[in-house]
Amino acid sequence: MEETIRFKLNGRDTELVNDPNQILLWVLRNHFGLTGTKFGCGIGFCGSCTVLIDNEPVRSCMIPVSDVAGKSVVTIEGLGEGEELHPVQQAFIDHDALQCGFCTPGMIVTAVGLLGKNPSPTRDEIAAGLEENLCRCGAHTRIIDAVEDAAVKIRGGKGK
Amino acid sequence: MTTGKNPSSVRGMKRRSFVKALGGGIVLFFAPWSALDLMALPAEQRRTLTKDYNAFLHIAEDGTVSCFTGKIEMGQGIITSLAQMMAEELNIPLKSVRMVMGDTELCPWDAGTWGSLTTRAFGPAMRAALAEARAVLTEMASEKLGIEAGRLEVIDGKVAEKGNPSVSVSYAELAKGKKLERYLDVKPLPEDYREYTIVGRPLKHSDAFDKVTGRAKYTGDLVLPGMLHARILRPPSHGARLVSVDLSAAQAIEGVKVLRDGDFIAVVSENRDLADLAVVRINAEYSFDELNVSDSTIFEYITRGEYRENTVTEAGDMMAAPQQCDRLFEHEYHDPYLAHAPIEPHTALARWEDGKLTVWASTQSPFGLQDTLVREFGTSLENVRVITPHVGGGFGGKSPSQQGVEAARLARMTGRPVMVAWTREEEFMYDSFHPASVIRVKSGLDKEGKIMMWDYNIFLAGTRGSEATYDIPNVKITNYREDRTKYRVHPFATGAWRAPNNNTNTFARETQIDIMAAAAGNDPLEFRLRNLKDEKMIAVLKAVADRFGYIPGKTPSGRGIGISCGTDAGTWVAHIAEVKVDTTTGKVKVVRLTCAQDMGLCVNPQGALLQMEGCLTMGLGYTLAEELRFEGGNIKDRNFDSYDIPRFSWLPKLECVIMDRQDQPPQGGGEPAIIGVGAAVGNAIFDATGARLFRVPFTPERVLKAIAVSEGLRSEGLMSEGHKPESPEGQVKGRRLKRPKRQKRMTN
Ligand code: FES
Ligand code: FES
Repeated sequence: MEETIRFKLNGRDTELVNDPNQILLWVLRNHFGLTGTKFGCGIGFCGSCTVLIDNEPVRSCMIPVSDVAGKSVVTIEGLGEGEELHPVQQAFIDHDALQCGFCTPGMIVTAVGLLGKNPSPTRDEIAAGLEENLCRCGAHTRIIDAVEDAAVKIRGGKGK
Repeated sequence: MTTGKNPSSVRGMKRRSFVKALGGGIVLFFAPWSALDLMALPAEQRRTLTKDYNAFLHIAEDGTVSCFTGKIEMGQGIITSLAQMMAEELNIPLKSVRMVMGDTELCPWDAGTWGSLTTRAFGPAMRAALAEARAVLTEMASEKLGIEAGRLEVIDGKVAEKGNPSVSVSYAELAKGKKLERYLDVKPLPEDYREYTIVGRPLKHSDAFDKVTGRAKYTGDLVLPGMLHARILRPPSHGARLVSVDLSAAQAIEGVKVLRDGDFIAVVSENRDLADLAVVRINAEYSFDELNVSDSTIFEYITRGEYRENTVTEAGDMMAAPQQCDRLFEHEYHDPYLAHAPIEPHTALARWEDGKLTVWASTQSPFGLQDTLVREFGTSLENVRVITPHVGGGFGGKSPSQQGVEAARLARMTGRPVMVAWTREEEFMYDSFHPASVIRVKSGLDKEGKIMMWDYNIFLAGTRGSEATYDIPNVKITNYREDRTKYRVHPFATGAWRAPNNNTNTFARETQIDIMAAAAGNDPLEFRLRNLKDEKMIAVLKAVADRFGYIPGKTPSGRGIGISCGTDAGTWVAHIAEVKVDTTTGKVKVVRLTCAQDMGLCVNPQGALLQMEGCLTMGLGYTLAEELRFEGGNIKDRNFDSYDIPRFSWLPKLECVIMDRQDQPPQGGGEPAIIGVGAAVGNAIFDATGARLFRVPFTPERVLKAIAVSEGLRSEGLMSEGHKPESPEGQVKGRRLKRPKRQKRMTN
């Protein structure tokens, strides 16, 4: 039943002995205590469980943990260095891009994935990249502002 | 200034025990609920309020100041705005200020947090209490320094002699070794707010850091030793009854325990996946006894009903009114069931220890849940503690907190801590939906385009936002409420949805107004201004027009611009929407949404802007897409695959104006901006296409049908609407135009 799964989790080599069929989201939350990754719908439709797998944003509620064998997983807790925030996290604070904050980790992780592929997105491209992430509080406009600003900062510019 | 009077009610006495936990220092009790605030509450909540001291300030021996309140934070930013106020009034840095909220053991009783109420109800009383606190501190300092109080001032966490700051005593020194309790009888007074240095200036969320790093703990993120995850067996629909059940397949799964108490059946496991797996292995059979109604028949069903009826407003002479009118307009407006759909589903963690129950819950009403738990388990208040971690959105949906009872039941049955985290399907099933409702309006215009008559009938929506608003001589407003003994309407629970039902009333009123403006051949803004007397409404309309750069014109102009206005929670608000309508697909894109709001003194402009933008964005949902589909008690929309909420691609350009009203008491800012979105967008669709919509949401299908209807009318030469009133003899004078009510039926 149990298998050994080796992968990188937030930069660290990790060995997990577990039921390979367990959903990645629950393994991250309950086994590793990484509760920044949220459950919102369980069917891939809200984006609050998004993590990066080899730099690609992936819905962790949709895949078994065995899928990450040999890969690198980054959760919201793995962004930034120590107390130093990732530019996207900082931009979310600067632009007040959150209210209840429940969608926020998924939004940030998705945005980081987006900027990895497209370092200078237009506002429309940001909106398209985040389209499948839901926010009920209506922080959308500011989320786009934040991602736009973070992109500038990551490219080395000054931003807002 | 007041003195050491004891709290009056039993509940208040009990609550004093929490003060012991604080150690030394100065404790100042106050009661933020004034009579006025009570009136703003729906009747059913009003009776639950007592004349208790329901908040207090604690000045600790280290000089930090904490405010304890039963209110909760769920994204409205009140932690920040109240902390700001404290820092401001007591002249201390923000970092020496602490807010403790929503813990029934530490905080005094509170009725619950409903969006807008918080700053409005709490703010002025908080301010007055803080002024009293200053006075108490000054008085103590006066004794200590031997300087008369009038010569002292509060500055930088100290009380100092005016003009001689070296003679001073800090709050910490004053609080040291004290065990002082004061009961303040504060009355919020209008003050000159301009002097304040922090209040009124933008300030970012103080808890943002934890939220962007994933460290913020929501209920589902908590872990207790030995904790079990539960899944509860749910019937397939509301009204279904369990007939038989086979638990063997679930019981066969290793690591899972199946629990049963009558019809309440659940599986628990240390492993969430196993609980998920086990619950679907339960084989259950049900019998069904459901209302014969669905999303496609609900409005007809509502209009056939028998209701409790009461007249809300009556003015002028409604019998004679039609004769004063040149044209009459009769329409019916429909608003469907809506889900709250916060991204965090209802969640609770419960633990029993030595007969004491602790429940951590995502709830808008920790004390309400505490009461429910006390009743449910036949225990007393001392034995039940509810703690509210971060809450992932509520919008009214987390006032009921059934999940807390479920977790407590299972914790008792297992003797271990139990986490109940609803799935999205459970969230949709057991939500308390915005009720489907119908509004019927009959109104009339005289020859000059003045509104002479307003006969407004509310079916199930409630009266919030139903005021006639305009200056009309003859008005009758009637409210029809469900009487379950006569006619049962809702097949499932309904409740407050952001700005409860004001959306419905504002949609009906502002569409009706727009219809009359068009019929009178007036610009809709000009028509409104001419029929309004309310200065604040006129001001917000002008402000929104200004910001939008509105150019007057008769509708339909083809430009796609629509207006609305209204009041909610003491706040005046006006909207202008600009839309593009694809007349081949019926798809509506809102390209611009401008909103002006008069909310009195704005305690935290940044937070208020955020709330306004949130409202406008959320408002696009009920306007364009949201509508719960159901068949009897079976809810068909169970997840976000079919229930669509606003997304990034829907975003218009948003512009918000907060009126400068620093001399007025603060009002609610959490909800008003949502109320006019539907009407403004509907009116904009009319302006773009000449098609009128009488039912939200404006789905492509309904828009296409409305366009077809309007083209049909136009080809018959029936562009202008309205009909001549009947003469007193009952004869019809003038040409009677086709009743537009038809249009709406066809779009159903
Ligand atoms: S929880 Fe995974 S997408 Fe919603
Ligand atoms: S901030 Fe609440 S859901 Fe996005």
